[in-house]
Amino acid sequence: MDGNLNMIGYGLAAIGPGIGIGLIFAAYISGVARQPEAQSRLQSIAILGFALAEALAIIGIALAFVL
Amino acid sequence: MTALVWSAKPYEPPTPNDFNLPPVGGDAHSATFDFLGESFYSGVTKPMLQLVLAAILVFGFFFLASRKRLMVPSKLQYVGEEAYGFVRNSMGRDIIGSHDFQRFVPYLFALFFFVFLNNFFATIPFLQFPTMSRAGMVYSLALLSWLVYNGVGVAKHGFLGYLKLQSVPAGVSGPILGLLIPLEFLSNILVRPVTLALRLFCNMFAGHLLLILFALGGQHLVTELGGAYVGVGILAWVMFIAVAILEVLIQFLQAYVFVLLNAMYIAGALADEH
Repeated sequence: MDGNLNMIGYGLAAIGPGIGIGLIFAAYISGVARQPEAQSRLQSIAILGFALAEALAIIGIALAFVL
Repeated sequence: MTALVWSAKPYEPPTPNDFNLPPVGGDAHSATFDFLGESFYSGVTKPMLQLVLAAILVFGFFFLASRKRLMVPSKLQYVGEEAYGFVRNSMGRDIIGSHDFQRFVPYLFALFFFVFLNNFFATIPFLQFPTMSRAGMVYSLALLSWLVYNGVGVAKHGFLGYLKLQSVPAGVSGPILGLLIPLEFLSNILVRPVTLALRLFCNMFAGHLLLILFALGGQHLVTELGGAYVGVGILAWVMFIAVAILEVLIQFLQAYVFVLLNAMYIAGALADEH
């Protein structure tokens, strides 16, 4: 059974963006539930926040393969 | 049971090398060349053909759908119009704004269906390879979008005005600017295309690797180990089907996010001074 310690490190590093993305979409869902007509405005903000949080996970996976 | 395990072939887990396909008509011993310390096959490979196929299919479908434009649309024209309206309204008009979204609709529209079809090739039988799981394909798409959003920004604000728009955050003054300007420049100009490319690549790559793992692992459990392992192997195949269905959702979502972020970057480059 071969393995690489980088991948365990990446798994740990992915916890942060995972929690962040969960918080972003939780806020988005409750925002839409309170004010359904704001959905189209909130959607683009939520996707932008999701992209920024996910960028951390993406930088992590790139470094996990490179280092 | 132990004897069975020892007599079986050792299990080889799938690796990133499984994505380095030999050229069409060749085999694993075809000619290779080295680039940046990696070995690549020289020749026309399956993902290259899939790129061309996707371009032909997208063009052909929408050419046929828009050829006869009737007041009462045929079924084909209706599907084409709905698909066009989806990209035009949800990604073009709502993000870029009704003032100048129309000149970007052809780019966003072509990009969305090109990326979506290339992702969807992972699920179509006999093709079953996501084109975007080769990193070079997404780097070129990200380079294109980098040129587009920086190009329209420079064209609207001028070079220095555009740099100020992207790297000086509004409503901040004093010494904190010395910290924020390099960060904003790094984030908005340099890191954006990299994350845009790697997001699509990593999702397609990881999803396909997961499918290979379930398929090959299940096959190994059923045929090589046998006995009580057959049940676990069949469970792995059931998981394969479940993950394959989840993958279709991810393929659509990633194409959507890719084009939505393109539209947001263009909207950010076109934004007026605060």
